[in-house]
Amino acid sequence: MRLAVLSGKGGAGKTLLAVNLAAAAGRAAYVDCDVEEPNGRLFLKPEDVSTQPVHTLLPAFDQEKCNGCRKCVDFCRFNALIYIRQTPKVFSEVCHSCGGCQLVCPTGAIREEPRSVGHLELGHRGDLQVVTGILDPGEASGVPVISAALESVRDFDGLTVVDCPPGSACSVMESVQEADYCLLVAEPTAFGFHNFRMVYELCSLLGKNCGVVINKMDAPYEPLEVFCREHDLPILARIPYDPHAAALAAQGQLLYEADAGMAQQFRQILAEIGGVRQ
Amino acid sequence: MKIAIPLDENKKDVCVTFGRAPYFLFAQDGKQEILENPAAQAQGGAGIKAAQFLVDQDAEVLLTVRCGQNANEVFQAAGLKVYQTQGTDALENVSAFTEGKLAELTHFHAGFQGIQ
Repeated sequence: MRLAVLSGKGGAGKTLLAVNLAAAAGRAAYVDCDVEEPNGRLFLKPEDVSTQPVHTLLPAFDQEKCNGCRKCVDFCRFNALIYIRQTPKVFSEVCHSCGGCQLVCPTGAIREEPRSVGHLELGHRGDLQVVTGILDPGEASGVPVISAALESVRDFDGLTVVDCPPGSACSVMESVQEADYCLLVAEPTAFGFHNFRMVYELCSLLGKNCGVVINKMDAPYEPLEVFCREHDLPILARIPYDPHAAALAAQGQLLYEADAGMAQQFRQILAEIGGVRQ
Repeated sequence: MKIAIPLDENKKDVCVTFGRAPYFLFAQDGKQEILENPAAQAQGGAGIKAAQFLVDQDAEVLLTVRCGQNANEVFQAAGLKVYQTQGTDALENVSAFTEGKLAELTHFHAGFQGIQ
């Protein structure tokens, strides 16, 4: 089973839920797709870590073969190519590595060359596989790193917990595309609710099963509760706002290990989602 | 010298955006021509495409409110100079440029439209 943990708003508790659910599952894989600032590894402290580079492809031009027909420039729907002073040029951050320019070039003047955009860290914590996607600073799109991180656990047959990036844009879509279940972490505030609805809209467009965990709850936020009722969205847990839990998390501790009550809570969430042990 | 200016829908005022301006005014030797901007509806990379269009039209100078880094890279490769407009009327800016009253644009914002 592939479980995606996501929220529209950063800081809602995606990583808190994802690392603890992965720990509670025992034999599982945790994949950090929040590649701009992956921090699941701070909690899971993986061992035997190896790294693997992630590349994307970028067109390179053979000036001698280029006849200046501009078919590549016209083809590129992202407008990543220009032809100035008899010279073709690519804007690497705008290129989506589709390879179309190479296909339409009548003279074979374009080849694709790998360009590094980030890397993966692969390790484990006991029976838990820990994969961390890390995007190079300054890169525009995390999608290639996310896709490589997910590919690295494609053949794993146990529970895979995908810690998604915040928001509801391309990188989130890439992260949830193959999820069997989407766990939406929401804060009981007007801001949290607004962003929650955006990710819910994305997940329902993609036809995903969804459940909700309300985190940092001091009092019920009525619009969120009503929305979940009206959309038949199960609220799997309401995690109270608790300075003690926040302090443990700030120390990089797993609540699953440091707090027996929370451990029970995480096991229950897993059981309700229907993947794993109670 | 062929001068290009991004134009608003009213075909009179300077458009505040470069890459997605609906039209461009080209002024040369007292004559003017207004052409649609082929990049106005681009999904991404509008600045790059609009810049290529200006270069293909043999413009040598662009007068604009602002311009992104990617477009500026195209202009540098082509040797096209970018100046900052003053006020809203496009033709007045052509006169101001001819009289040497406009300054070169020195700040180019990070692209936000090229990325999807």
